[in-house]
Amino acid sequence: MGTEATEIRGIGHSVRRKEDDRLIRGKGNFIEDVKLPGMLHMAILRSPFAHATIKGIDTSRAGALPGVVAVVTGELMAQHNLAWMPTLSYDTQAVLVTDKVRFQGQEVAAVIAEDPYVARDALELIDVDYEPIEPLVTPQRALEADAPVIRTDKEDQKDNHIYHWENGDKEATDQAFAKADVVVSLDTHYPRSHPAPVETCGCVADVDPATGQATIYMTSQAPHAIRTVFAMVAGLPEENIRIVSPDIGGGFGNKVPVYPGYVVATAASLLLGRPVKWIEDRTENLISTGFARDFHMHGEMALAKDGTMKGLRVSLLADEGAFHADAQPSKFKVGLFHIVTGSYDLPAAHVSADGAYTNKAPGGVAYRCSFRVTEASYMIERLVQNAAYELGIDPADLRRKNFIDKDQFPYKSVTGFEYDSGDYHAAMDLALEKVGYEALRKEQVEARKEGRLLGIGLASFTEVVGAGPHKDYDILGLKMNDGAELRIHPTGKAILKISSKTQGQGHETTFAQIVASELGIQPEDVKVQHGDTDNTPYGLGTYASRSTPTVGAATALVSRKIRDKAVKLAAHLLEVSEDDVEFEAGRFSVKGAPDKVTTIQDVALAAYTNFPDGMEAGLEGVTYYDPPNLTFPFGTYAVVVEVDEETGVWKVDRVVAVDDCGVRINPMIVEGQIHGGLCEGYGIAAMEQITFDEDGNCIGANFTDYLLPTSWETPRFELGETVTPSPHHPIGAKGVGESATVGSPAAYVNAVIDALWHLGVRNIDMPLTSAKVWEAMQQAKAGATA
Amino acid sequence: MQITVTVNGSERTADVEPRLLLVHLLREVLGLTGTHVGCDTTSCGACTALLDGTPIKSCTMFAVQADGREVTTVEGLLQDGQLHPVQAAFKEAHGLQCGFCTPGMMLVGKALIEQNPSPSDEDVRWAISGNICRCTGYMNIVKAIQLAAETQAGASTTA
Repeated sequence: MGTEATEIRGIGHSVRRKEDDRLIRGKGNFIEDVKLPGMLHMAILRSPFAHATIKGIDTSRAGALPGVVAVVTGELMAQHNLAWMPTLSYDTQAVLVTDKVRFQGQEVAAVIAEDPYVARDALELIDVDYEPIEPLVTPQRALEADAPVIRTDKEDQKDNHIYHWENGDKEATDQAFAKADVVVSLDTHYPRSHPAPVETCGCVADVDPATGQATIYMTSQAPHAIRTVFAMVAGLPEENIRIVSPDIGGGFGNKVPVYPGYVVATAASLLLGRPVKWIEDRTENLISTGFARDFHMHGEMALAKDGTMKGLRVSLLADEGAFHADAQPSKFKVGLFHIVTGSYDLPAAHVSADGAYTNKAPGGVAYRCSFRVTEASYMIERLVQNAAYELGIDPADLRRKNFIDKDQFPYKSVTGFEYDSGDYHAAMDLALEKVGYEALRKEQVEARKEGRLLGIGLASFTEVVGAGPHKDYDILGLKMNDGAELRIHPTGKAILKISSKTQGQGHETTFAQIVASELGIQPEDVKVQHGDTDNTPYGLGTYASRSTPTVGAATALVSRKIRDKAVKLAAHLLEVSEDDVEFEAGRFSVKGAPDKVTTIQDVALAAYTNFPDGMEAGLEGVTYYDPPNLTFPFGTYAVVVEVDEETGVWKVDRVVAVDDCGVRINPMIVEGQIHGGLCEGYGIAAMEQITFDEDGNCIGANFTDYLLPTSWETPRFELGETVTPSPHHPIGAKGVGESATVGSPAAYVNAVIDALWHLGVRNIDMPLTSAKVWEAMQQAKAGATA
Repeated sequence: MQITVTVNGSERTADVEPRLLLVHLLREVLGLTGTHVGCDTTSCGACTALLDGTPIKSCTMFAVQADGREVTTVEGLLQDGQLHPVQAAFKEAHGLQCGFCTPGMMLVGKALIEQNPSPSDEDVRWAISGNICRCTGYMNIVKAIQLAAETQAGASTTA
């Protein structure tokens, strides 16, 4: 007692990460590292065709190969009612094909063998008789009347149209456009990309047929939701299913859905009574698991002559692949795309979206993006720049003129969001100052005289994360709330069990820091457990930048619940009334008698050894958090590029990123998240793309075709921050994991277009390869001379 | 085929199929799971190990090709139970997030700073350009390797 207050390394401290100690020693436990006694290995045979009827499958040669234990086909799965499974968007997806294949790479059969090499060998011995059907490789073609129906398995499906969805006020928007002085538009395809975490997906399924206990080690960002889906799919009692997500080698949305491989491995383990391991190779990962984006968008903005924005209209066609498997809240067919009004005070807006089946892999996951916000942010930020040029107003000035003012928050957008807080002018001013915007504009003029193409691109994005409030947000009916359970041990150390699942975001460190700030227990004394459904509270997992907004809030609130009891215990120890106890940084003192002090450690011991009559023993609690609203991180990014007119090669000279994600729990980790997002945003703008040839062959099936940014071409990033705390989040935090992927693609592309606008270039669809940039310049020049 | 490979300083003998990849010798036969497989096509570098001190992609080498040679993996970085400067620097500079590419990155960093005790930003970026990281945007990996170089240089001048 009476010890001096020590600094608590809680919120705001760049605490070095607890998870690093195992990872830097090569002692992580990733899915491929999981080995169980008697474990078998599974390999999946995938369709070489994009669209073909299966006339027959002969597995006899494969089954005869020494070392092969079983060959599983759709027919066998169908006998157990497991040939189809639900997707996260109320559709169904084939687990193993029974009728026809609908995309190249679709799961046709699986081999279970004693050795992974033998399992692969056996795939080549399976004989499949395919009868090709016309593959539909564009959603436009898929929607034509004479296109073959892809989903012949669905009785009511007579064409390839999946949904039509609208948001906003069409009439008001039409009126705004009718009265507008200027209308600018943009047609663009936000290309199909893939999250491509360096670790692929996989699982080890261990089902004990005697007890019915199923333990499934799985690369999952959402282990609890997966457990419930497994219970529904397989009809297994949920208490007998334990999903364990070990260390995950990056997710970025790729590891949210349930994939057929997980289901087949689990079924095989149940049938064979032995653990079954399935690990994708890279090609399987790229051609069959959750893709991202693939929106064909048309956007229009109506403005007055003075630059005041009057209306926004966006229509889009989503290429959903062969099964509608988007991972997003049920109520919103194109995620939170209706945030497309962005950072601007737009009086009218209307969004309409249609989804189509095509012969491509399903997925529609949010690749480091909170449910289609990336596409929305790209559209509005590109349109704003176009509008600025058409009106002859500087793009920064046009933004400034139309930003939602900081006094307007909470701001109700015309598409139905209530923005919690923001100060867009401040973030932009800081970004412009850091990049030296005015000087750059002058330099640009001089550079042009020398024949150099310098471009400056801005993006002032508004993110929307933290799904979400019960009333609007669920996935398959499961409300998107999350939990935290905290137990304080008698020695004053703690264990925090959370429903989120880190994939590199540092939850083991940051959530311990929240407890540290709330209870005064140092973060190194708080062990954070996650990823094991038997040992953590229920929740929907980690994606869409939702962990801090949801689990972070639950952690703060459960800590406060415990603090309330701790105050009672402290009062008992200090022999004063509860009302006379003050708490700060792990110390409880008596009002007016500051040297009468006890600590959280003493209180913790008392909770088990010396608690007042009538009080329950122990110091622990659990909280489930229902967010009252979403949170709205924002920022302004400024990118400077130089384009080589001869070759179309563009190089990034500067990237200045000012982010406002509210209160930063661990600034070091926040900056690391922004670096990563800026790099992936650069990848999307410059090189990442999954394309298909006319036969539906996936071009982008390995890392020599699907290009990822390496250290060599990745720009250097300069960061800045403003802090506008979320008014409704218990610690004022907003979430940050995806801001930079949401905001930066438009900034990179705007910079290149800025360099080329005077030549007549109006748009280049991402990725901006040098060939496409060169081609656009030639076309613009030809147009100018024609 | 019988092969003998010196792995992290210990001589290891194994009877392997000629087609066994070096990465699988390390992971499956020797149980050194710190070396990862990311792409199978030599593109990502998660499987990087040092062969006679030089970084190689162990997913595109057969185990038999390493016969009679020395291999260092992430498990061999510790020195007398102490972190190698590159390991300490990765933690200090937040050079890792998910940690999957980290063993490869650290081994390339170790090989680099042995050759070049004071690498520039460009030197580091060139050295690690065969190793993909999806989490960090490389900024802090570069910083970590430069910090390791400084630590190592400091240690050798005081020694």
